[in-house]
Amino acid sequence: MAMKSIQQKLAILSDAAKYDASCASSGTTRRDSRSGGIGSAGGSGICHAYTPDGRCISLLKILMTNFCIYDCAYCINRVSSNVERARFSPDEVVKLTLEFYRRNMIEGLFLSSGIIRSPDQTMGDMVRIARMLRVDHGFKGYIHLKTIPDSAPDLVAEAGLYADRLSVNIELPQDASIRRLAPEKRPETIRAAMADVRLGREAAKERSFTGKRPPRFAPAGQSTQMIVGADQTTDRQILTTSANLYTGYRLKRVYYSAFSPIPDASAALPLIKPPLMREHRLYQADWLMRFYGFEADEIGAAHPSGNLDLAIDPKLAWALANRAAFPVDVARASRDMLLRVPGFGTKTVGRILAARRNGAVRYGDLLRMGAIMSKARPFVTLPDWHPGALTDSDGLRARFAPPPEQLDLFS
Amino acid sequence: MIRIDLPRFQRFQAWRDAARQLASAGIRPEDVTWAQPGDAPDLFGADPLPPAGDRPVRATREFLDLARQVVSHSDPERFALLYAALIRAQIERGFLDNPADAMIDRLSRMAKSVRRDIHKMHAFVRFHELPGGGARRSFGAWFEPEHPILEAGTPFFAKRFADMNWLIATPEGIARFDGGPIAYDPPAPRPDLPQDASHDLWATYFANIFNPARIKIGAMRSEMPVKYWKNLPETRLIPDMLADAPRRVQAMAQAGASTAPSRAARVTARLRQVPDDGPPVTLHQARDQAARCTRCDLCHAATQTVFGRGDPAAGLMIVGEAPGDHEDLQGRPFVGPAGQLLHRAMAEAGIDADRSWLTNAVKHFKFTPRGKRRLHQTPTAGEVRHCRWWLDLERQMLRPGLTVALGATAAHALTGNRDPLTPRRGRVETALDGGPVLITWHPSLILRQDGPTAETARAQLVADLSQAAQLLGQWSQNHCTSDT
Repeated sequence: MAMKSIQQKLAILSDAAKYDASCASSGTTRRDSRSGGIGSAGGSGICHAYTPDGRCISLLKILMTNFCIYDCAYCINRVSSNVERARFSPDEVVKLTLEFYRRNMIEGLFLSSGIIRSPDQTMGDMVRIARMLRVDHGFKGYIHLKTIPDSAPDLVAEAGLYADRLSVNIELPQDASIRRLAPEKRPETIRAAMADVRLGREAAKERSFTGKRPPRFAPAGQSTQMIVGADQTTDRQILTTSANLYTGYRLKRVYYSAFSPIPDASAALPLIKPPLMREHRLYQADWLMRFYGFEADEIGAAHPSGNLDLAIDPKLAWALANRAAFPVDVARASRDMLLRVPGFGTKTVGRILAARRNGAVRYGDLLRMGAIMSKARPFVTLPDWHPGALTDSDGLRARFAPPPEQLDLFS
Repeated sequence: MIRIDLPRFQRFQAWRDAARQLASAGIRPEDVTWAQPGDAPDLFGADPLPPAGDRPVRATREFLDLARQVVSHSDPERFALLYAALIRAQIERGFLDNPADAMIDRLSRMAKSVRRDIHKMHAFVRFHELPGGGARRSFGAWFEPEHPILEAGTPFFAKRFADMNWLIATPEGIARFDGGPIAYDPPAPRPDLPQDASHDLWATYFANIFNPARIKIGAMRSEMPVKYWKNLPETRLIPDMLADAPRRVQAMAQAGASTAPSRAARVTARLRQVPDDGPPVTLHQARDQAARCTRCDLCHAATQTVFGRGDPAAGLMIVGEAPGDHEDLQGRPFVGPAGQLLHRAMAEAGIDADRSWLTNAVKHFKFTPRGKRRLHQTPTAGEVRHCRWWLDLERQMLRPGLTVALGATAAHALTGNRDPLTPRRGRVETALDGGPVLITWHPSLILRQDGPTAETARAQLVADLSQAAQLLGQWSQNHCTSDT
């Protein structure tokens, strides 16, 4: 076999990495290179480019290798796939990262890998790359390492010292689907790996009896990803799984990835069009759980099917299903209730609370403060606006849902 | 009319000095014009800046932050607007805090637009390596921001790329860095940047990280506005990537499922050795099998099975209800607050925790997520019944001389009796398998109570455990006698 050039390897191993949705580079410790080394981090994340699939490029997202001994049906790199294989040496990954970084193309590295030989061997190689970047090159940029479940605890502990973020993919929203589609993975070991990361982070926050602070452990937290649409799980169950993950392991993010056809597909899964709208609605619902005080069940209960309404956003769907709670008096309502008004975001609510201390808030004021009044109108009362019978009118959903489209014969 | 000529760089400081002087002299906003380099001289001449007056001029830190951002906006009226806002703030306290005010709204929008432009500069500047021979590598970039943000946007690069020399040329001017303070020079024609092999690799990366099966052009355009594309070489690939995407998706569909390479079956066979699910003989086997238990639905939400731990030869088995939050995360029984209370109570009662077997009636954590926490839930009778399989196994293998049931769930699991606990506490009952079971409170009950009630319950727990220690002493005497 001829040696592959770095360009060929990069093509194969970035192609292999594109099914991981995470690109976050925010929320880590503040640091920069004025005291040596190269790079900085700690502000808000920066997306250096966007591809036409709508995903941002913030990190160099590559696989160390796409050789893999596992046989996960949804994955392009599974052992039974005929995809072309390649493997980077640690030096190549380090060099690519630093050269892209110096040209301001990336915030850092998101390194994942197929499982070669054993989980420990794979994780050990990934940790080595992170150590080279941090220790040998003084790299201060962002590092996200995919943690291999089943790898030794001391490897995960070392990974946490170099990485800003660790992630373990839950892969699928239900245990039964994991067992069926990813037979070499075990849901309980995946969750135990997440628990270990949480405990590692908590231990790193406790000072010892001498008052010394232990070294930081994955300061940007952990995240996970689940594939949506590869099994029959309802959105309500997906959101419940997310809520369990957020509360159990203090995840920063759950990424939802619409199941997307892969070249060299497995017979176990259909080649479908990725459910992008469903993915979008799940992200919206996820936001409602994390920043708007909604519980998974409330959002999931808005539609009897247990799935989110694809035509309207989940907050609007919840409001339409719970009209008894509306209209809300903007002058008096609590913050919690204002957050539940469709068309009011967290920033708008903050502005409303500030503005109403200075006097009455009117319709035009809300428009200026960023409220989407076309959505909010039926659900609020203001000194110069009352929805009257609009709140309870039968045709209210139809006002928001886009008109049905002519089906595309070729889709 | 007074004319203030602002410099090309350090505009904010210049505006601030002039504004303070004008305001102290009581100059009205409509009597000032603000000019920048390149503006035509006033046709009718202009009055000079009057000397400072004695009026006090106040500005909050928030206003100065806002002003610092707004001066980097491209709107020629920005200096006049800010001066008007400063004058208004001297009379009208609080209007700066009112997001509903039209003037604040306009300034906030300008500041937001500047922040966004700076952010995009940090994102979209692309350095090319320049030839050089020194110890520090040299890089250069050309960038066209929407607003004059060169001074506001470049300190970021000095912090990030401290070990290299760089220059960023823009239509507004040029920033140069060689390790010291950033130097700002007036604009020059766009420089020719040399070819850089890393840019070819970057194009390879850009083309391959894209998934042709999901096209979301709107999302791309809103975050990477087309106005910046001309300086982003990778965007030249986009039309071809888009044009080719349907073909690639169709090719995937037509190819369908493929035949696996021959080595796959061997690898998979080696990995998927069927676990031994025969009746466990040793505790180790039982623990292994329990780790994969799916007898009830609790396993889906819980992290892991929390099997019993301790000294299998101890003779004393302590059974709680189910693992809690901490136990679930660590995979060990009685490590949370209730477990700590139990360990203290055992120590007071003279029981060595290492010389006992600690376990639970149900081996998975049951909870509901609420906000940011997992709220403990009591397992149902069905869950207790399913999990009794493991408890019975533990009991068969350990044959404890005495079992302590902590709380109602454990008492139910061990004796089958679901009667209220209060009259039963402190007594010894008979387990379903015939062994003696001492009933006492669960330590988490004590944690939920407060004041004297908690004190009493805690004293009772310690008393019951002391009784257990005594009973255990008698048992081991008999046990040893019968053995000999």
